[in-house]
Parts: sequence; structure tokens; C-alpha cells
Amino acid sequence: MAKLPPKSMPLHSTPAAADGQLNTHTALPKGVMRWVLTTNHKEIGTLYLLFSLSMFFVGGVFALVVRAELFQPGLQLIDPEFFNQMTTMHGLIMVFAAVMPAFTGLANWMIPLQIGAPDMALPRLNNFSFWLLPVAFTLLLSTLLMPGGGPNFGWTFYAPLSTTYAPASTTFFILAIHIAGISSILGAINIIATILNMRAPGMRLMDMPLFVWTWLITAFLLIAVMPVLAGVITMMLMDINFGTNFFNAAGGGDPVLFQHLFWFFGHPEVYIMILPAFGIVSAIIPTFARKPLFGYTSMVYATAAIALLSFLVWAHHMFLVGLPLVAELFFMYSTMLIAVPTGVKVFNWVTTLFRGSISFEPPMLFALAFVVLFTIGGFSGIMLAIAPADFQYHDTYFVVAHFHYVLVPGAIFAIMAGAYYWLPKWTGHYPNERLAQWHFWLSVIGVNLTFFPMHFAGLAGMPRRIPDYALQFADFNMVSSIGAFFFGTSQLLFVIVVVICVRGGKKAPAKAWEGAEDLEWSVPSPAPLHTFERPPKFERSTS
Amino acid sequence: MRALRYWSTYIAVLPFLVPTASYAWNMPIGVTDVSGDIYRLHMTIFWICVAIGLLVFGAMFYSLFRYRHAKGAKAAHFHENTLVEVLWTAIPVLILVAMAVPATATLKQMYDPSDADLDVMITGQQWRWRYEYMGENVAFTSSLSTPRVQISGEEKRGETYLLDVDNPLVLPVNRKVRFLMTSDDVIHSWWVPELAVKQDAVPGFINENWVRINEPGIYRGQCAELCGMDHGFMPVVVHAIEEKAFDEWIAERKAAAEKEISGIDRDWKLAELMERGQATYEAICVSCHQPGGKGSPPAFPALAGNEQLIADQAWHLDRVINGVSGAAMPAFRDTLNPVEIAAVVTYTRNAWGNDTGDVVQPSVVAEQVDQ
Amino acid sequence: MVGMGVKLVYGNGGIVAVVGAAGVLAIMALWFGDVIQESRRGLYDEQMDRSFRWGMGWFIFSEVMFFAAFFGALFYVRQFAVPWLGGEGEKGVTALLWPEFVAHWPLLNPPGSSVSGPEQILSPWQLPLVNTLILVTSSITLTVAHEGLKLRYRHTCRNWLAGTVLLGCIFIFIQGVEYYEAYAHYGITLEAGIFGATFFILTGFHGLHVIIGTIILGVMLLRIHKNHFGPDHHFGFEAACWYWHFVDVVWIGLFVFVYVI
Ligand code: HEA
Ligand code: HEA
Ligand code: HEC
Ligand code: CUA
Ligand SMILES: [Cu+2]
Repeated sequence: MAKLPPKSMPLHSTPAAADGQLNTHTALPKGVMRWVLTTNHKEIGTLYLLFSLSMFFVGGVFALVVRAELFQPGLQLIDPEFFNQMTTMHGLIMVFAAVMPAFTGLANWMIPLQIGAPDMALPRLNNFSFWLLPVAFTLLLSTLLMPGGGPNFGWTFYAPLSTTYAPASTTFFILAIHIAGISSILGAINIIATILNMRAPGMRLMDMPLFVWTWLITAFLLIAVMPVLAGVITMMLMDINFGTNFFNAAGGGDPVLFQHLFWFFGHPEVYIMILPAFGIVSAIIPTFARKPLFGYTSMVYATAAIALLSFLVWAHHMFLVGLPLVAELFFMYSTMLIAVPTGVKVFNWVTTLFRGSISFEPPMLFALAFVVLFTIGGFSGIMLAIAPADFQYHDTYFVVAHFHYVLVPGAIFAIMAGAYYWLPKWTGHYPNERLAQWHFWLSVIGVNLTFFPMHFAGLAGMPRRIPDYALQFADFNMVSSIGAFFFGTSQLLFVIVVVICVRGGKKAPAKAWEGAEDLEWSVPSPAPLHTFERPPKFERSTS
Repeated sequence: MRALRYWSTYIAVLPFLVPTASYAWNMPIGVTDVSGDIYRLHMTIFWICVAIGLLVFGAMFYSLFRYRHAKGAKAAHFHENTLVEVLWTAIPVLILVAMAVPATATLKQMYDPSDADLDVMITGQQWRWRYEYMGENVAFTSSLSTPRVQISGEEKRGETYLLDVDNPLVLPVNRKVRFLMTSDDVIHSWWVPELAVKQDAVPGFINENWVRINEPGIYRGQCAELCGMDHGFMPVVVHAIEEKAFDEWIAERKAAAEKEISGIDRDWKLAELMERGQATYEAICVSCHQPGGKGSPPAFPALAGNEQLIADQAWHLDRVINGVSGAAMPAFRDTLNPVEIAAVVTYTRNAWGNDTGDVVQPSVVAEQVDQ
Repeated sequence: MVGMGVKLVYGNGGIVAVVGAAGVLAIMALWFGDVIQESRRGLYDEQMDRSFRWGMGWFIFSEVMFFAAFFGALFYVRQFAVPWLGGEGEKGVTALLWPEFVAHWPLLNPPGSSVSGPEQILSPWQLPLVNTLILVTSSITLTVAHEGLKLRYRHTCRNWLAGTVLLGCIFIFIQGVEYYEAYAHYGITLEAGIFGATFFILTGFHGLHVIIGTIILGVMLLRIHKNHFGPDHHFGFEAACWYWHFVDVVWIGLFVFVYVI
């Protein structure tokens, strides 16, 4: 176990201390322990981002295993049992270990800087939240090595496949998700407390950058739905280990109950993965269009509307489980409504571009690709929302195409855009422009090559989560697989760009981008370990 | 309404004329009224989305091109306009209402299984389907019949690779058939794209659905809900035949079933049972216990050389009749008839070097099943 | 540091879990110890105090949602699943599978023959009612203690708080007795169909929260004893109160929906 820190250590970096009452910037522990014990929001942010990037590659390699097996019909590389484990782990890792921590990392780094706070509100909690993650995912990944294999029931782990018929390692899977969930809840509490309590004097809620707003709402979603996930996996745990009958009709339970609870969490979860992305894009587009964001207020309301609606639509994932007709209609209508606030956002971005003065640095490229490709993903979402049509789409590659469009060129591109946008602030250097552009163009081509054919495969009738398929799907799958390896390989470029950028490159001034307005650009680049120890004066940009 | 349908079908097919018919890029129009409605709904929404997309992306790319910094564009500074915000909230709402109207109509129709001419109970099992023509005393299971050598690639794959079964579901055309779907183990989902029927089969509950097929033919589909290892190997095949042919077929099946039951009491020979048992084994047990009874431990025990199995016939019989609760091994008391159970147990006790020489008589099994 | 502790926990599985749990507890104790010390040294300004308040408030909200999942499950099975299994409502055809089953709540006769239901259910007007009264009273005594603290009546505060802790312990004891009765005489067990499952998960998690709450209040008692709190500066105490009231409110919900209706 870690040695206990010297008694004076924790005092040193509490906000109270950072506020200047105890200004001892000495005695940082050296080496690994410095990172293990850090309570500094920037260092924790970096840890989150590095963790997420490495997990993105782990999840990506699992996806490549899946794509390799699907390259042509027949069983070539792996057996069906292992295929299911790969699909499941890919989904779980990407969702819980890549996208969510990436956003939390960005929040850690940028929210205090954007609101002029010296640190997060609860720094020690922050450290704890982070270190839960490696624990959770080491445990989750280790299930692959256990007898009977790891989780093989899809990232949605429907009962009773995940209870009565599950491999022995499922109990560990549940524990891992519990730990990751606690981490998310604590992280979200911290973010909310920071935003509500630590803003620079004079900054009202409606003065906050949109990234902060979207995160405030995301954090609310997290706190509202992660406990429900915890609840449902607890029931699973009971069904598996203590003989309860929650998901067993013989005892008066219902397998569909599992799905209701899961999707009550699961649908807001997908917005958890997209709202911060909206925030990032809303920061980048005005910067490079050199024009204030169009419709700030409506953006805030639209985000809130999406979040609230997201509690009412969960059963659109369950159109086929045999819901009563009224339920079916209710969930269809409410789901369709989400297009309205999302549309408002898209229109606002486009109008921000209109009559701007637009340049195409890497963050902007990714943000623009986000707008187009996310919208395409949204369109397929609307198609899925039409319940009768979903009877044909459900559980086919059409759904897989839909959610990869909103997640990969959606969430992942937004994260990339954010990374390119803020790298100068983090490292003091601009990322290499040429390499970044290569990265961008290869990614755009790769993503479409991978996921566009999946629409056709799905419509033509290919179910998801199958290791082998009928011959008429062969061509689509071959293209997808080639695209996947292409896209995956091009992500190595991103790592190269980041490494180069950390080590050197063109020096960035405090305000690294000409059109950037928010508070983070008022501190030097790279941002020193401690910023805003005296709260900045926030001046409203009048217009 | 009519006009909308007409136009949408018309525009819908246009871009899909290029690829050949056998190589589908799009949802099938199908062979029922409902499937046609769904297809048109799908295309209508699709084109609406395309239109919105063209507008939005058009405006976007126009701006990107026209207002380039590199070309010296000067940024304007407007950032608010309540009127446009209201407009682009209201217009999408109207579009959505327009989508919702036909969707609601189609859904209502799909939700009305009343006045059916025939009821079929469809039960999902890991990993096959069981069909029961209710009130007709005809029931059988239907499993994948694509040879394993094709899956492993040792033999050339046929045209209907992975979409072939031993016993297809036979249905009459022009009659309303009601499906009652359930499952014996995990959730499955019975799907035939051309019939536009996809419905989850939930253990312990029954979901209803229905179909009225307009054209005779063979329609293929697959299980659409992850149900474990062989989820990808659980096809559905429907033979839709003329009404008269159907009536004859069902009468034949009924007679055959009665004949088999009547054979319970006689003494069966080892060779007879072995032959029968092998067929059953290869249709049912093989997906878990693997060819040659090798199993795939630890999940699925080997039957070949299984010491407890060889030593204890009563235990063996009990496992097959009653299954193993809490594990994947199903109880076969209701899904196989006593002859089949006797045969498959005899077979497993004598095949692959298990040579016990035991012969289990159907009458013995029948007694145990009735308990 | 804390993370390292947990890492040890489940890495190897098995008995290590116990050691690990102890480790986590130890770390939490040290962590909270640090916080208490800092607080005592007056290192926390008003802003920090507000952060703690937001933190605790949202934490309780997350707990509310955790219970909401279990209540949701209870409502769902009562409103939908059980009636459907019994042949009522839109999915009533399901009764074909369970010809003998009659839907009735409390569910004494689960549909499947492999599951046996409870023989009898507990009357709400005996132990549960007593427990309700105890918890409600404990909320009142806690409020008195809190008021006492604000008015600098340290002894009043200590005594009433001690009373609250005592009531918490009695509640847990009675709950224990009830569980014993349930298992020994009523046939209400975890395995007893969905009634047993919902009953134990709701009361069980509530009971766990009472135990945690009692421990927290116990710590507060110690801190009162050591005179840690000032009349205006005692968020630790207030947070404990919030938590306790929350636990109390959940019980009222439980009493109504699990026992009475
Ligand atoms: C970031 C994640 C994300 C996001 C943002 C979305 C957004 C949406 N999703 Fe998606 N979805 C997923 C992730 C996401 N989804 C995942 C992971 C799954 C699968 C889970 C699984 O089973 O494993 C899934 C599955 C899924 C289903 C279930 C399909 C099935 O299993 O059968 C449905 C059905 O309704 C759906 C609908 C929608 C809708 C309506 C939106 C809307 O929010 C989209 C709104 C956006 C637009 C519509 C575009 C912009 C709007 C305009 C330009 C305005 C004008 C437009 C109109 C009037 C149409 N999604
Ligand atoms: C944010 C979430 C996210 C992201 C980013 C991705 C990214 C990708 N996903 Fe997806 N995916 C999901 C979320 C996500 N996915 C979910 C939730 C499911 C559903 C799971 C379920 O059904 O339960 C799913 C399911 C899913 C399937 C369906 C599986 C099935 O139904 O059986 C497929 C199939 O092609 C797929 C492919 C891919 C590919 C090719 C990528 C690519 O973008 C990945 C890019 C690749 C890399 C980043 C790797 C790069 C690494 C290297 C190049 C290193 C090389 C080194 C070595 C080889 C040593 N995913
Ligand atoms: C869905 C998968 C599946 C199918 C189909 C299946 N079995 Fe099994 N079988 C199992 C599993 C899993 C076990 C192990 C149960 C346990 O945990 O003891 C098992 C156990 C057995 C056993 C006991 C062996 C032992 O060592 O425990 C026998 C005998 C047996 N099966 C025979 C059959 C026969 C005969 C058939 C076909 C009529 C069949 N099984 C079909 C999954 C299956
Ligand atoms: Cu049965 Cu998938
Ligand atoms: Cu959803």
C-alpha cells in the first residue's frame, strides 16, 4: 500500500492553501508518488486524459479484433465465445474508460481555468475519483483471463444472459462497474460544486463558457443516472449470488425490468457522451470564425432541454420487447422531440459560421467534421426513433452505424478537436500543423469508410453481435474492416503529434488563437501549476 | 395519404435501381402489407433527412467557402435573433408531426393481432427455434443446417450460407397468422426482414405479433438479440405456401406425430435408436456439446468419455429430461418426445467410444416424463 | 494513495477483499481525519464550506436516485409484470405459460413451481410501525440536538444526539429481529420470489444506510464531546443531519409502499 504522505502534505494543496493562506509551493513529492498523491486539477486532468487515451487504444484493438474476424464470412481467427467477449469489452471500454474519462479530464483541466478558479472545489475527492478508474478497469480487463472468460453479453448486459447464463467472472464485472460508477458520481459532484461555487467574482451563470454549461448539465445527468445503474447491477449481483428473482418470471420478476432500469441509465448516458462535445465545439467554432457564438442563450436552453428529455425516452431501445401500444407511442414521440433542441444547436453553429472570418486550423477541422458527421448520425437516430421502422432496424448494423456516427466522429472527434485546441495551453507549444492535418484527413476518410457501409449492411439485414454472416453482407464488411484498420492506424499519428507537442514546437503565447475569448487564454502558456490564486476580475464582454 | 404513399414509393425506388436485385443495399419492401408500409415510411423519413441535410450542409459549406479568413473576410458581429430561433424550433416540430402521423398509423396496425386464422407459438432456445401450431398438435424444432465444414471454410459456402435450417416454419399465404413468442432460456428475437416481423422472445412472457403473407416463397432471417455463443447461428426460415398445400401439409404432420407417439410402447432396437438419436443429437445437442461429444469445457461439458455419464444411466436420463437449473442445459421433457429422448440418450451412451451397450426404451422415458 | 488501497482490494479477489475493505476504511478514516484537522485549524474559508455543502447535497441526491431504482423496480413488478403474468392487461396472453398462477400482491404464490413464495407477510402495524415511530422520533431528537449546538448548549446537544444514536441502534436491532422473524416464521427469504427480493433489497439497503448514519452520528457525538464544533461552524454535524433526515424520509416511503400498500 502507498505510504502515507507526510502530515503537512495534504494541507498544502487544498484550495484554502491555494488561495494564498499557506503559500508553500515547496516540498512536492518526487517521482511516481507526486502523481499518485496529486490534488492539482491540472495534473489530475492530465492523468485522466492519458488514461483515456490508452484505453481508447485498448478498446480500439478489441474493435480491430472484431473487424478482423468480420473481414470475410466464416470463422477464421477467433471462436464465437471470444468474439462476444471482444464486442462487449470494446463497448464497455470505449464508453466507460475512453470517452467518459476523456471528458472528465478536459473538465478537470479547463473548467477551473475557464471560470477563474484556483482548483477544483474538492481536490482530494478529485484524486480519489481518478484513482478508482485504473482499479476498475484493471479488474474489468482481468476478467478476460478468468476461467469461463470475461463478460460476453454485450455492453448492455441484458438479463438473464448476464445473470443465470453468465460466466463466473460476472461478479467481478459488476464490481468493476460499481467502482467506475462511484468514480463518475464523485467526479460529477466535484464538477458541480466547482462550477456553482468557484466562479470568479462577477461571473454569472449566463456568462460561463458553453463547455462549462454543458458539463454542469452533464454532471447533473451523471449524478441522476449512475446510481440507477448501480442499483440495477446490484440486483444482478443478488440474482446471481443470493437467489433473488428480479429478472426471473418464475419468481414474479421480469427480464424486461432489467432493460427498463438499464436504459433509464443508458439513454442519458449517451447524452453524457455528447453534451460536453457540444460544449467543445461551441468554443472552437466562434474562435476560428472570429465571431461570437450565435444564440448563446438558446444553446444553454437547448442543452438543458436535451438533458431533461433524455429522461423520458429510454424505451426507444426497447421497441421490440413487447411494450404496450401507448408506451410505444409515448417513447416514439418523446424521442423525436429531441431532434428539436439538437437542431437548434446545429443551426446555431452554422449561423455562427455565416459571415464570419473562417480559418481552418486542426481544431476547427475536427469541429467542422463533427457538425456534419454528428448530424448524419442524428438523422439515422431520428429514423430509429420511428417505432414501426425500428422493427426493421433494431439490432442490425444500421444501429451500429448510427451510434458510431454520433460517437466516433461525434464524441471522439470533439475530444480530438478539444485536445488540439487546448494543447498550446497545456504544453506551451502548438501541435505540428502538417501532421495534425494528415491526422484529420485520414481520420475523416477512415471513419466514413468504416461506418458508412454499415448502414447498408444493416438495411440489407445483417444483425449485430454476430461473428459470422451470410454471403450477401460480405462486401460491406470487407470495406468496413479495411476502413477500421485504416482509421485505427491513423490514430497513431495523434499520439505522435501529442508527443512532439509536449517536447517542443512552435511557442504559443497566452492567447494562442487569435479569436479565442475565454478566461483560460488570460493565463500564460503553458499554464503554470497554480493559476488564479487571486481570483481574476471577470469582465463581461459587452456587445 | 394515398398520394404521399404513391410519391414516396416512386421516389424511393429511384436510386436503388442501380444495384442488382440480389444484392440488397436497402430495406426489403417485403411481402406483407405492413412491410410495404414500413418500407415507405423508412424512405419518407430518409428523404426528409436528406433534404434537411442538403439545406444545413449547403448553408454551412457556402459559409465556409465564402467567408474564408485567408480571402480577407471580415467577421460580422451579430449573435442573436429571436425570430430565427423561434422559426427553427417551430419548423422542425412541424416536420416531426408530419413524420409521426403515418408512423402512428402503421404502428397501430401492427399492434392488432385479433381475428387470426392460425396461432403459432414460437419459442427461442439456445440456439434454435421451436414452432408449435397451436390446437393442431404439430410441433418441431428448427436448427441451423449449414454444415460446419462450410463455417470453418473447408468446403465452399453455399448461396444460403448460415440461412438454412432443417425444419422450416411452414405458413399459408393470405391468412392472418398470429405469433406467440416466448423463450425457454435467454432473450432471443425472431426476425424475418421480408415479413417485417421482429419481436423479442422473452423467457416467461409472451409477445404477440402477426403476419399475412401475400406471396408464396422462402423467406429467411436470423435471431436478432444477442443470446450467447451461437447467436449468429440461429437462422429463421419460413416457407410460405398456398393455402391448400398448407392444409395438406399440416394434416400430414399431424398424422406423422400421432404415429410416432403410438410407437412408444413397443420395444425399440439399439440400431433404430442409434439412428434416431444421432439425428436428434446433430439437430439439438451439437451446438453445445459439439460434434463428437467433445463439449467445450468449462462452459459445456464433454459427453464423450464422460465418466459420470457412463457410470450412471439414471443420472444421465435425469439431466436430459429435467435439465440443470441455473446452467445452460435445458430440460427437454416438453420439447422432445419420449422416443427422441430415449434415442438421444441411447445414442450418447453408445457413440464416440462410450460403448455402454445400454438401450433406453421410450416407454421408460415416458414414465419418467409423466412424473 | 487511496486508489492504491483499493487497487490492492480486488486485484487478487478472494479473501483479499476483506483486507482491502479494511484498507479502504483506514484510508477514509485518515482522509476524513485530515479534513477534520484542517477544519479545526480554521483552514476552511466560507467558500470551502459552500463546496462541502454542494458536495453533500448532490451526494444525497445520488442516493435518492439509487433508491429510486429499487422503488422503480417495485412499482414495475406490481403494476406490470405480476398482473401480466396473471393474465391481466395488454400482455395478458402470458398467462398461457402460467395456467395456475393468480396475480395478487403481496405475491405469495410465484408463477413457477421452482420458486416458493413467502408463507405469510409481516403486518405493517407491528414492528414496522414501531420502527417508523423510532425513526421519526430520532429525526426530532436530532433537530433538538442541532438547535442546541447552535445555541451553544453543548450538553443538551450531546445528550439529545446520544439519544438519537441510541434510537438508531434500536432501529437496527428491531430490523434484525424482523429479519429473523421473516426467515424463521414467515418464509420471507431472498429466494421467496419477487416479494422477498424487493422486500430485502429495499429494507436491506435502507438498513445499511441506517447503520452508516448511526456510525456517522456516533462520530459526531465524539466530536461534540471533544468540542470540535462552533455554533456557526459545524458543517460536519449538519451534513450528518441531512443524511439522517434523508434516511428517515426513505423509510417513510418504504413503510408506505413496502409494508402498508
Ligand atoms: C453520443 C451518443 C448518441 C447520441 C447523441 C444519440 C442521439 C440519438 N439517438 Fe442514439 N444511440 C446511441 C448513441 C447516441 N444516440 C447508442 C450508443 C445506441 C445503441 C445502444 C446499443 O443498443 O448498444 C443508440 C441507439 C439508438 C436507438 C435504438 C435503436 C435500436 O436499438 O433499435 C434509437 C431509437 O430511437 C436512437 C435514437 C437517437 C435519436 C433520436 C438521437 C437524437 O439525439 C439525434 C438528434 C439529432 C438530429 C436529428 C440531427 C440534427 C438536427 C437537425 C438538423 C434538426 C432538424 C432535424 C429533423 C427535424 C429530423 N438511438
Ligand atoms: C465511444 C465509443 C466507441 C468508439 C470510439 C468505437 C470505435 C470503433 N468501433 Fe465500436 N462500439 C461501441 C462504441 C464505440 N466504438 C459500442 C458501445 C458498441 C456496442 C457493443 C455491443 O454490442 O455490446 C460497439 C460495437 C462495435 C461493433 C459491432 C460489434 C458487433 O456487433 O459484434 C463494431 C464492428 O465493426 C465496432 C467497430 C468499431 C471500430 C472499428 C472503431 C474504431 O473507431 C476504433 C479505432 C481503432 C483504434 C483507435 C485502435 C488503434 C490502435 C492501433 C492502430 C494500435 C495498433 C497496435 C497493435 C495492433 C498492437 N464497434
Ligand atoms: C444450450 C446448450 C445445451 C444444449 C442444447 C444441450 N446441453 Fe447438455 N449441457 C449443457 C450444459 C451447460 C451442461 C452442464 C450443466 C452443469 O453445469 O452441470 C450440460 C450437461 C449435460 C449432461 C451432464 C453432463 C455433465 O458432465 O454434467 C448431459 C448428459 C447432457 N448435457 C446431455 C445433453 C443432450 C443429450 C442434449 C440434447 C438433447 C443436450 N445435452 C443439449 C448445455 C446444453
Ligand atoms: Cu437467439 Cu440470438
Ligand atoms: Cu437512446
